[in-house]
Formats: sequence, structure tokens, C-alpha cells
Amino acid sequence: MTDQGIGAPVRRKEDFRFITGQGRYVDDINRPGQAHAYFLRSPHAHAKIKSIDLSAANAAPGVVAIFTGDDIAADKVGGLICGWAIFNKDGSPMRAGPHPALAQGKVRYVGDHVAVVIADTLAQARDAAELINVDYDVLPAVADMAAARKAGAVAVHDEAPNNQFYDWELGDKAGTDAAFAKAKHVTRLDIVNNRLIPNAMEPRAAVGEYDQGTDGLTLYTTSQNPHVARLVLSAFIGLAPEHKFRVIAPDVGGGFGSKIFIYAEETVCVWAARKVNRPVKWTADRTESFLSDAHGRDHVTHAELATDENGKITALRVSTKANMGAYLSTFASSVPTYLYAPLLSGQYNIPAIYAEVEAVYTNTAPVDAYRGAGRPEATFVVERLIEVAARELGKDPAEFRRANFVTQFPHQTPVIMAYDVGDYDASLTKAQQMHDVAGFAARKAASASKGKLRGLGYSAYIEACGIAPSAAVGSLGAGVGLWESAEVRVNPIGTVEILTGSHSHGQGHETTFAQLVSSRLGIPIDNVSIVHGDTDKVQMGMGTYGSRSGAVGMAAISKALDKIEAKAKKVASHVLEASEGDIEFKDGKFTVKGTDKAADFGSIALQAYIAHKFNGQELEPGLKESAFWDPTNFTFPAGVHICELEIDPATGVVTIERWTAVDDFGNVINPLIVEGQVHGGIAQGVGQALLEGAVYDADGQLITASYMDYTMPRAQDLPSYNVGMTITPCPSNPLGIKGCGEAGAIASPPAVINAITNALGHENITMPATPEKVWRAAQSSSHKQAAE
Amino acid sequence: MTKVSMTVNGKAVSADVDPRTLLVHFIRDNLRLTGTHVGCDTSQCGACVVHVDGQAVKSCTTLAVTVDGSSVTTIEGLAQGGKLHPMQEAFRENHGLQCGFCTPGMIMSAVDIVNRKGAGLDEATIRHELEGNICRCTGYHNIVKAIGDGAAAMGGQKAAAE
Repeated sequence: MTDQGIGAPVRRKEDFRFITGQGRYVDDINRPGQAHAYFLRSPHAHAKIKSIDLSAANAAPGVVAIFTGDDIAADKVGGLICGWAIFNKDGSPMRAGPHPALAQGKVRYVGDHVAVVIADTLAQARDAAELINVDYDVLPAVADMAAARKAGAVAVHDEAPNNQFYDWELGDKAGTDAAFAKAKHVTRLDIVNNRLIPNAMEPRAAVGEYDQGTDGLTLYTTSQNPHVARLVLSAFIGLAPEHKFRVIAPDVGGGFGSKIFIYAEETVCVWAARKVNRPVKWTADRTESFLSDAHGRDHVTHAELATDENGKITALRVSTKANMGAYLSTFASSVPTYLYAPLLSGQYNIPAIYAEVEAVYTNTAPVDAYRGAGRPEATFVVERLIEVAARELGKDPAEFRRANFVTQFPHQTPVIMAYDVGDYDASLTKAQQMHDVAGFAARKAASASKGKLRGLGYSAYIEACGIAPSAAVGSLGAGVGLWESAEVRVNPIGTVEILTGSHSHGQGHETTFAQLVSSRLGIPIDNVSIVHGDTDKVQMGMGTYGSRSGAVGMAAISKALDKIEAKAKKVASHVLEASEGDIEFKDGKFTVKGTDKAADFGSIALQAYIAHKFNGQELEPGLKESAFWDPTNFTFPAGVHICELEIDPATGVVTIERWTAVDDFGNVINPLIVEGQVHGGIAQGVGQALLEGAVYDADGQLITASYMDYTMPRAQDLPSYNVGMTITPCPSNPLGIKGCGEAGAIASPPAVINAITNALGHENITMPATPEKVWRAAQSSSHKQAAE
Repeated sequence: MTKVSMTVNGKAVSADVDPRTLLVHFIRDNLRLTGTHVGCDTSQCGACVVHVDGQAVKSCTTLAVTVDGSSVTTIEGLAQGGKLHPMQEAFRENHGLQCGFCTPGMIMSAVDIVNRKGAGLDEATIRHELEGNICRCTGYHNIVKAIGDGAAAMGGQKAAAE
């Protein structure tokens, strides 16, 4: 069975339905009698709503109902929540404004939800929405952080009069300042981490349904975590108690963080389904996705790195402004704080670190976790600073990194994290060999002979995954525990159903989770089915984000399998008439130590249910176990990516010529799937570095609201990737897994920018490094070179 | 309402539709063939690609009435006689999909690329020809490999038939 077990590049079980058009996404679901919802959105970034005239719209053909913020308020529907409490430097709580599912009195960004029209068809709902007359009193808008923090700027929320949502710090300020005072050299860098729009290919969608007979609600939703959605919609928004509320997230077409959150649209659909007593369906069009999906990144940072006379790093000091947008999305507050600053030590031994973060309200879409969530921002700061410091000190960037690597484990950083295991030197060395760094000089010369500039850039990243020990995140302000749950149901014929709280939206859990079962129970993966994404089937779950499904979700399954094995051994001891202590289980077979007595897994499963061979009072019939796994530490995937690229100084076009990634994800369940995660992550990171950027104009209009304006990475923009691995098994979970989902997106942006700046010979470039920016930068480089 | 008739996956279908009905909605809502997806509404992402009279078309920006009388193939009609199309096989074998949402359009475009360009496709050609299809999950690496393999398999199949 080893060809299907842990470590095998098994082809995915779920693929058949996707390649034959039989995937079942939310928009594919149609319920009898369903009506369609269309959201009237604010065309203004900031305005008071003086009045809304629905008379013409209500009379339009097919209209079932139109609701506004007044109806939400009258029904006492709770506001959308932010689930992580952050405290200011002075200990006071963050200054949160309200977040109603439909605007109440004021709109705060273009795309804000003003009213919902429910009609027999979508076309009728759209047509009717055009007849709604909203009288706005347009207010000045603050479209970026600089405008929002200017003295006298208009307040997005009265609760935060100067648009400062919080002012937070981490680390030893005095100690860090003292280290800087003694530094031999200080490297300073101003950094913009550009705002991104996640763009899962499946737009968000929801179908709400009410069953009058049982007084029960059902929500089909594009969610990475249906149980969390149910918890929030029940306990906080108050739509129905959990036992009368079913949330189903079927096939979901990509998430990247943007489908973690509980949004206005699904809240309104399921609430309205009860109001109109019909199923209510909504599917975003792409521009709605651009306008209203939570965006990512958007940091402005000043960072400083202190080094001593031996080229050793002595301190790091970071001051960051983070854009929250107009409202707080579900986990927005945690991203630029606890998912960011604790990663600022990178792979390096840095004795003193201090970070301060100011979060700012603006009249833009909410900003929250996007692939990597805080860790790409931290990695960009660290890896750009390290690279520039090496250049300033005249050192080889790889050797400067190596000289400052953490080499002893466990390693306690000054910013919370305790790195458990790793070998950073090994991944750097392997990456250099795979990349043929030694041949770079010759390749650069060959490029130069064609009039091209060639550059090479490193990124040695670390991230924290497997989130997370519940008590630890609770002490940092999280509103939830971050365990995972699993149930293993063995059927009488020995096939197995795994019910998991993790959710797959591209990660391949139906295959990898089955591989774990195959390895443990010795059965083919076709005899295992993975059940997820339905709160009526799976008891509980925290969902999939932060690269946690392997390290936490599979650890829960592993723990439940331990219990299955223990119970099955008891059954086997009766069947094989031996003492329990003499029963051994290996490769799907129960044997009695020192004898040739044996029984396979299937026959023991059958005996567990027949229950003829044992006393049902002393040993319960059946074979079904469940477990919750609460991690004991974060996991720390790390690695080295090397980007080599060529710039055409005549056009500014950047071509990535070679990409090498060597990652340490701990033990690997399926290398094919892990490499696929790395490829996709790199593509998103290269997109951030070269192509993507959300642009609002000064009035708060989103200029990049379609694929004709927002540059998505296409096949032609990207190279093939050279992916390798080193392995140090993670000691804090039974499978030794660290997590691989976000690494590529975390590692890649600084590798690209380090390569571009290496080619240009100066640091003056920002993301996205578009051909225009690179062309301008290349002009100043050639002038510089000509002058020298 | 306007009457529209066409052949979809070898089956004659007709219906009275609102004249503004897009081909993708006719396929998804009237025929309940939900393998064809809407990803962007602006002909950019290619999740909605189907074949109309043998050519790749973006069904999200095609009115159903304009293909009246045509023969349409969707992803559901690609496998023949219970056997996967070589391009479908190649996507599975090369892990050319993750969330699966762009996949039907990718496969339909890939088959069209081979139909137009032949079975011997190099990487640069495949990447260039994929300009109208966006994937957010795979970084394209395995899609490009899959299309190369699928093209070769289609070429082999064609040679065997001749």
C-alpha cells in the first residue's frame, strides 16, 4: 500500500469531477422556488444617506422584496465582527466602528451595501435596483493612509476621530534603541507593500434557505471555514441558534484567505430567506469581487537594521502603517500585528527587535488576510533590509545571510516565537547548487552582450503556520481557539469515512487525507472518503487558512486513528483469542506476537459491528472515534528562493529567466501536491512584485475593478519553477508536518525585487515593478553608469 | 422571448429565452450543465470557454441567440463513450488543477489550441496561447506541462486513426 501512502505522488482523487465539469460550486446550486438577490452598492466612497426612495423599484416586475439598513436594524441583526482584540500602546482597546450588513445612515467605501433587491430573476433584481433613488450627502473621502492621518481629515468612524484604529507595539524599545546607538552601521529603508485583491477564480456566492417546518436555516456559501461562519452568524449576528443553522461550503473555487471572512452578502441572503420565505441566491460578478472582497497587504513601513563591526546583526527597528479599509473584516486586526511582527526575526539571530504598528481607517474596501497574511509583509521588510545591508557593507548577500542565520534550536526570538527546528544553511546551499549560482556571472555577461541587465535575488523566508495553540492565541487577543477536529468512521466492510473540520478549496485533502489513512490502516485510498464542508455532517471545525490543514487538521485525524487502532486491537484480541498486549498491527494486518494468527483490518471492522466475539457490555460494539487536536506550538516552514531575471532597458520589461525554490516543510504527504502549492504561491508573489496593485483615486473610486485594469499573472508572465526540498520534521505534531500553502507567496516578492535592484544597481523601485517603473529606473541606472 | 435552438454535446435543444440571455446562462440555467463557469464577465479569464462549431468561444460574452443553429460542445461533452479526452487525462496526470474552477475553460481552450496549432507545442507557444485563460491556483507550471502532454496524446490518437 506504500504506493498510495504518505510520501507518494498520488494523482488526486477529486480531479475526475473537476475535469469532467461535475464539480459542485455554490453557483451550481439551485433550490426550488429560489429568488435572486442583487446588492445596490454605494457609488461614493463616503456619504451620508439622506433618504432612500424604493417606490418605483418596489413596483418593478418580479420584485419580491427590497431591504435596507433600516430593516436590518429593525430585526436587530448584529453587525459583522472583528474576532481579534488588539490593545494600544497605552493599554486601551482598539477603536472599532460599527459594521452593519446593510449601511445605516452612512456609506464608507465604493461598493458598500446600501440595499438588497430580491426578485424572481437576477435580471429583474438588477433592473429594479436601477429604480432605487438614494439621496446622498457626499462627504470628503480619505482614500489612502496619508490622507486619513492628516490633521483635520474627515473621520471614517466617529469612534476613531483621527482615523487611527490602533497604535500597537511589540518588543523592547529601550533595548533596541540602545543597540542602534552602538551600531557600527545602520541600514535604512522605506517600503511600500502594495495593496492586492485576492481574486479567487470563483466569485463569492451564497444561497440562503429557510425551512418553516423546522424553523431551520441553511446557508450554502463559498467559505474556507463553514463552522466558523455558523458560529459568527449564530452567536454574534444572531440569525439562528447553531442547532437550527446548517452551513454548507461545497466545492469552493479558491480562497487565498478571502473566503475566511463572514461578509455582508451571505448574512443578508440567509436573513432575507426567512423574511421572504424563499431561498435567496446571490453570486458576485467580478467587479463586485474587486469592490467588496477583503483586500490584502497595504503597508507603509520604515525599517532599520543595525550591524556591528563583524557584520553581525544587532537590532531591527520597524515602524509600519497598515490600512484597514473602511470597516474591520473578520480577522483584520490580527494581520498587521500578531501575524506580522513576530516574524520580523526572519531566519536570523537578532538580539533586539522593536516594532510599532499604526492601523488606519480609510474609505476603501476592508483589508484582511490574503495568502500569507502578515508574513509576506514581514518577510519583505526583513529580506529587503538584509539584501540592502549586505550591499552597503560590500558583502555577498548569501554569505551575509548565512553568517547571521539561527543555527541552534530551539531558538527564542525577541518577538514571541520559539523556533523549534530548521536547517537554514542546508536550504541555502541546496538552492545555490540547484540554481547554479556559480554560473550567474557568465549568464550576466551574456545578457550584457545583448544589451540586457541581468540580476539575481535571494529570499530566505520563515513563516509561522499550523495556527495555533488555542491558549497562546487567546492570550494574544484571539476570540476563538484554533484546534481542529476529526472523526473516523469505519464501516463494517472496512471502508472509512473521515469527517474533518478542515476545508479543501484546491488543496487536495480528499487525496492527502486518504493517503494518511492508507498508511495507517493499510487500505487503498479508494476505500476512504473525506467528508468536509457541512456543519450537519462534521461536528465541529475551524477550517482551512494559515497552511494549517496538514499540521493541525491531519494531526486531529491522526489522533482519532490512534483511538481506532487501540479499539480495533481490543476487538482483534477477542477474535484472535489472545491478550490485548500481544496484538500487533502493521500494514493493515492484526497479528498475535510470536504466532501465525492474523486477521486483516476489514475482518476486524466487521467483527466490531457483528459483536459476536465479545461481551457488548465490556467492549462497546462499533468502530468510530473522534478527536480534537490543539497544537503545542506554531510550525516554522522556511526556505530559500532565488530569482534570476533579465531586464530590457529599452522597454522596462522584466523576464524571469530562472526560479529556484528550496523549502523545508517538514514531512511531505504528497510531493506532487506540495510542489503545486509552491508553484501557485510563487505566481501570486511574482504577481505582487511585478503586476498587481489595487489603485484608488483621490476620491476613493477603485480604478482597478476588472481584469482589464487589474493585472493578473498569466501564463506568459511566469517562468517554470525549479522546486526542491530539505526536511527537518516538525516536532510539535505527530506527522512532522509544517505546512506549505503560503510559502511561495511569502518568499517570492523580495526575491524578485532583490533581483531587479541587483540588475539596476540601485534600490529605487517599488512594487509592482511595472515596465514603466523599471524603464524609468533603468534610465537612471544607465545615466549613472555612463557618468561613472 | 425568443426561440433558440442548437445542438449541445450532440443533443438537440431549444428553448424560449429572454433575448439578452448569454450563452453561458443558457447552458448553465436552462440546460443545467454547470461545468461551464463564469469567472469575470469580461472575456478575460476564460472559465466560460466552450466550443461553437469547433471553435473556442467565451460563452460569458456571447448571446445565446447568436449561436442559434450551431453545434456547441461543453466540458461535459468532451469525454466520449465513457473515456476521458486525452487533454482531461493530461490535466489529471500532471496535477494541472487545484480548485478546479478554471479547469473546464482551460481544457476547452487547450483542445482548441491543439486543433489550431497542431500537436507539437513548445512551452513558449502554450504560454502565449493561454493568454485568455487565468488560473489563480497553479502558477501555470503544471497546466503548461499538461497541455504539452495532452497535445502529444491527441497527436498520437490522430496518427493512430489515420
